[in-house]
Amino acid sequence: MESNIRGLAYVVGDAIDTDQIIPAEHLVYSLKKPDERRMYGRFAMSGIPVQVQGLPEGHIPFTEPDKYESKFTFVIGGTNFGCGSSREHAPFALTEAGAKVVVAESYARIFYRNTIDGGFVVPFEALGKINDQICTGDDLELDTRIGQLTNHTTGKEYLLKPLGDVAEILSAGNVFEYARRNGLIAPSDERH
Amino acid sequence: MTITEKVIARHCGRSRVVPGESVWVDVDILMTHDVCGPPTIDIFKREFGEDAKVWDPEKLVILPDHYIFTQNHHANRNVRLLRAFAEEHNLPHYYDVGTPRYKGVCHMALAEEGFNRPGSLLIGTDSHTCTSGAFGMFSTGVGNTDAALIMGTGKIWLRVPETMRFIFEGVLPPYLMAKDLILAVIGDIGCDGATYRAMEFDGESVYSLSMQERMTLTNMAIEAGGKNGIIGPDETTIEYVRARTDAPFECVYSDEDARFQSEYRYDVSTLEPVVAKPHRPDNRASVVEVAGTRLDRAYVGSCTGGKLEDFQAAAQVIKGQEVVIDTYIVPATTEISNALRTTTLDGTTLWDVFVEAGCKMGQASCAACLGGPPDTFGRMQGSEVVISTTNRNFPGRMGSKQASVYLASPLTVAASALNGVITDPREVFV
Ligand code: SF4
Repeated sequence: MESNIRGLAYVVGDAIDTDQIIPAEHLVYSLKKPDERRMYGRFAMSGIPVQVQGLPEGHIPFTEPDKYESKFTFVIGGTNFGCGSSREHAPFALTEAGAKVVVAESYARIFYRNTIDGGFVVPFEALGKINDQICTGDDLELDTRIGQLTNHTTGKEYLLKPLGDVAEILSAGNVFEYARRNGLIAPSDERH
Repeated sequence: MTITEKVIARHCGRSRVVPGESVWVDVDILMTHDVCGPPTIDIFKREFGEDAKVWDPEKLVILPDHYIFTQNHHANRNVRLLRAFAEEHNLPHYYDVGTPRYKGVCHMALAEEGFNRPGSLLIGTDSHTCTSGAFGMFSTGVGNTDAALIMGTGKIWLRVPETMRFIFEGVLPPYLMAKDLILAVIGDIGCDGATYRAMEFDGESVYSLSMQERMTLTNMAIEAGGKNGIIGPDETTIEYVRARTDAPFECVYSDEDARFQSEYRYDVSTLEPVVAKPHRPDNRASVVEVAGTRLDRAYVGSCTGGKLEDFQAAAQVIKGQEVVIDTYIVPATTEISNALRTTTLDGTTLWDVFVEAGCKMGQASCAACLGGPPDTFGRMQGSEVVISTTNRNFPGRMGSKQASVYLASPLTVAASALNGVITDPREVFV
């Protein structure tokens, strides 16, 4: 994980479920074929009703039509972000679109687990409601070592919750590297 | 300890675990399906090598069920990938589409095929894997990465959850079903009310339920954010399991002095039929409050609402009458689909009850429960208002972002299908 991440905010509401993050009809693309894989970036967050896509104004797509990458680095959510299905395609789609961090008030556990174990977007928890204080397009900077989020557009600063015991998996990169470090599977240089 | 803690402890070789600690456990069964199976296989091969072997082919169950009856090229390709993988690894528990082995919706198939056994630990690449907990076992849904790690090692790390206990007492009135109970609970605690926690269902009314109804309770634990739903095993459980497998199992129960994070009590005789209004499963209202709401469609199906007893309940209401809105009947599995043709109500098969009432009959699969490709049976295409026995009503869940989905019991859905507006099942019950 980079120690410093800077980029634009994309703000959404509470209970953004995995169907809104990546609608079920798009779960069929191969992750291996680059021309299909990029479709996850294209349709990331496309299931959110347009009026509330990119708060507070809405009507701002996460990924512009016909683009495969989003210009937004931070996804700012509310409570229960990522609820719903177990599809790993959800954090994958955000990552594929180019997002690096999600900051939400709380997460659904499978989504949270998937982001950590798969080494996708880094899920930070805010200490309270935050999606009413940041606007889509705000210029944000995160010091991931101390969990400090700065909104350069408003000048406000927020301290985020420490990552806790999942930090070990995050620093390993993903759960496979973590398992290798723990002797659960053979180190990568020993296989094939 | 609670049942959940005991099952986890046994699977990490310890006599005791406490909520909050993370442990590596051995997995008894890993289940995957056509949506998450192919990417799991990709990750498995990436991490363990192209020629890597599955840790234990006997413990891997693959059930294509999501995007089955569609012309979608990518969806069909996913099934072909599963087929090739099953062949390559000589997997005994692959249930291929287009063969007599085909089953349909994974969570019901796991139960029917005897993979749900008390005291065991089952992980699936589907959030409703919590359904299996109705059998007194630990079961939860994970993503592809975790599943790929299990495929190679048989192991997963788990954080031991705290347990919330829900006790149901009293006699369930004939107009209520397990779906009403769980929608009431989710309405009370909210979509994130059980996040990271186990939901244990207990009390005489729970033990009076059949396995099918118990599965409706545990199925929707995830709709409250729960990690797993669980019900202690009893004679009903053992009888169901024994009829389907010879595999050994060991029943475990919560101790008298087990520590619960919280406890909720319900007197089921005082509850009312409920719905979850659009667009969240915790957006509860009593059916009385929303009665008269105009509907375009009714849908009876899915792992939570497409079981034989769900159709028996719906048929009881519909029999001899005609539905006035498009009404879709989708059995979860082929076993249930066959049972619709052999189970009778006053001398008529359930299948005929529905056909004569003008319902549209689908094939065993997930179908429109999760939208799917545009040609999916029963999928919403516009701004339809639908009442459904499924488990999720987030925007776009059933295919169209403009559609509005009310979740309800099969009795309520059937009553509403007859009137074209949301209808209290007590109105049509004789
Ligand atoms: S029926 Fe619906 S909820 Fe059940 S496994 Fe299929 S898509 Fe998921």
